[in-house]
Amino acid sequence: MTDRDQQAFRLYPYARSPDQDRMPPARHPVVVAGAGPVGLAVALDLGRQGIPVLLLDESEGPGIGSRALCFAKRTLEICDRLGAAKAMVAKGVEWNLGKVFHDDRLLYEFNLLPESGHAFPAFINLQQPWFEKFLHDAIRAAQADGAPIRIRGRNRVEAVTPAGDHVSVEISTPDGPYHVEADWLIACDGARSPVRHMLGLGFEGRVFEDNFLIADVRMKGDFPTERWFWFEPHFKSGDSALLHRQPDDIWRIDFQLGWNIDRDKELEPANIRARVDAMLGPDVDYELDWCSIYTFQCRRMEKFRHDRVIFAGDSAHQLSPFGARGANSGIQDADNLCWKLKLVLEGIAPETLLDSYEAERIQAADENILHSTRSTDFITPKSSVSRLFRNAVLDLAEHLPFARGMVNSGRLSTPCIHDGSALNGPDHPAMPPRSRPGSPCPDAPVETGWLLRQLGPGFTLMTIDADAPETLSAHGLTFARLALTARDNEALRERYLGEAASAVYLIRPDRHIAARWKSFDESAIGAALARAIARE
Amino acid sequence: MLNTDPNLPDPDEAYARLIAAHDGLSEAESHAMNARLVLILMNHIGDRAVLDEALRLAREGPGN
Repeated sequence: MTDRDQQAFRLYPYARSPDQDRMPPARHPVVVAGAGPVGLAVALDLGRQGIPVLLLDESEGPGIGSRALCFAKRTLEICDRLGAAKAMVAKGVEWNLGKVFHDDRLLYEFNLLPESGHAFPAFINLQQPWFEKFLHDAIRAAQADGAPIRIRGRNRVEAVTPAGDHVSVEISTPDGPYHVEADWLIACDGARSPVRHMLGLGFEGRVFEDNFLIADVRMKGDFPTERWFWFEPHFKSGDSALLHRQPDDIWRIDFQLGWNIDRDKELEPANIRARVDAMLGPDVDYELDWCSIYTFQCRRMEKFRHDRVIFAGDSAHQLSPFGARGANSGIQDADNLCWKLKLVLEGIAPETLLDSYEAERIQAADENILHSTRSTDFITPKSSVSRLFRNAVLDLAEHLPFARGMVNSGRLSTPCIHDGSALNGPDHPAMPPRSRPGSPCPDAPVETGWLLRQLGPGFTLMTIDADAPETLSAHGLTFARLALTARDNEALRERYLGEAASAVYLIRPDRHIAARWKSFDESAIGAALARAIARE
Repeated sequence: MLNTDPNLPDPDEAYARLIAAHDGLSEAESHAMNARLVLILMNHIGDRAVLDEALRLAREGPGN
């Protein structure tokens, strides 16, 4: 029995649907394959915007096991837009402090405490099944408000056939097979993506020759809420080890086992307990909650869009777990894709807008793969000289701050800035680099709450101490102005104004900045909007 | 730009000090010390272009 067969929650039990008796097959604007974090986010985002979406999954709920654990601020900001973040933060464990050890020596501590003036913390730790459950709860709430989202459990995609203006999808169920047609098929079906295999598409990259053991243990230990990482730990339970807190008195422990191991033997509870005992000491009572051995790869598809089939999340790019980039980058894929797909379905934007999804998210995937590969090379040196330098860095890091910058036990996920995107419009040189076109909007406190919560569901025209009309219509879109002042608001000034006395920002529905000016100019904004929806 | 002109006031002495710094170390300890030395000097130099030139020169040998 695989983890996928055992469910943490039974969220979408199988129920026969009228589509199963329909001939000719039912046609859906959007079908999503896979109800993991990314598929749920895609369905929720599209459905909340009124786009009918059908979400298919081979099981009836999230599989057991913590798996993705560490969710970053940007992910929480996206989930907040989708109405799901509050429950995540309430359940999740916030942490800021990390400690890095070599052998039995504490080399240094780092504090991720973000600058003040953001609604969300830098990270929370939350087991993946809970993350999925909270997205699913938000789907239920959206459905109650009329969002056209349908989820079908035990509906497995068996075949995918591109057919010109649609994709034909063959689905198996406990009551036998049926077909649907999709204008667009979004494949969120994970690193082993059956849809990718059905289409015969490649997945190129690098395989790392190492095995990692995850042991999630339940204990009442008085370890602090910090991330502890050991290189060559004195307790000899692995070449590296990680201890990290999760909700419900569960702790994530990771041991690096090396390449030539006997998996079945290592997964025997007695052998896992021997490693955990050595790490925690003899006096700590704990239960094993979930264990798994994984190897990893860093790879991606050459293209994320194949005509009417679009790949998002692990199906498109697979990363090593160091740095929490898998689920976090997948949620950003969903965030980037959904508004574009909506505008294409509504006939407001041309299909070429979807090519910018591919360009921007390949840029992000390559950035993530670069960071992920560097972390992995540091944690698991591939040659004796690589190990020599790695240990030299660790030797120096205890006393010399410059060497700490080279210690890499995972660079934690930050969102990609889409410099050079075809959707970007004009920049203004007096304004701060962190909010240049292509950047995700930094949050800030404003009079009415948090800035990100004031932004509209579509495009927003944000003015800071600048005049502009209250609404704007161009290229088939009507959107509101958000008028702010930087008087007595140092965070807003520092994040958006810089040296400029005023600013006008055009902000995309995914809260990335499209363009910015010092003052309102209707024709300039119209041109930037056209560019941001690929109508130029 | 990487300075490859003679730059040490007393090259004989500088060389002797480098060798003496390894006195009494095993081969493994000497390798580890060299690695730390490279990292310390890299940080001191700090300039990416200079480091790239030094790495290329060391890898390919002068005259390439």
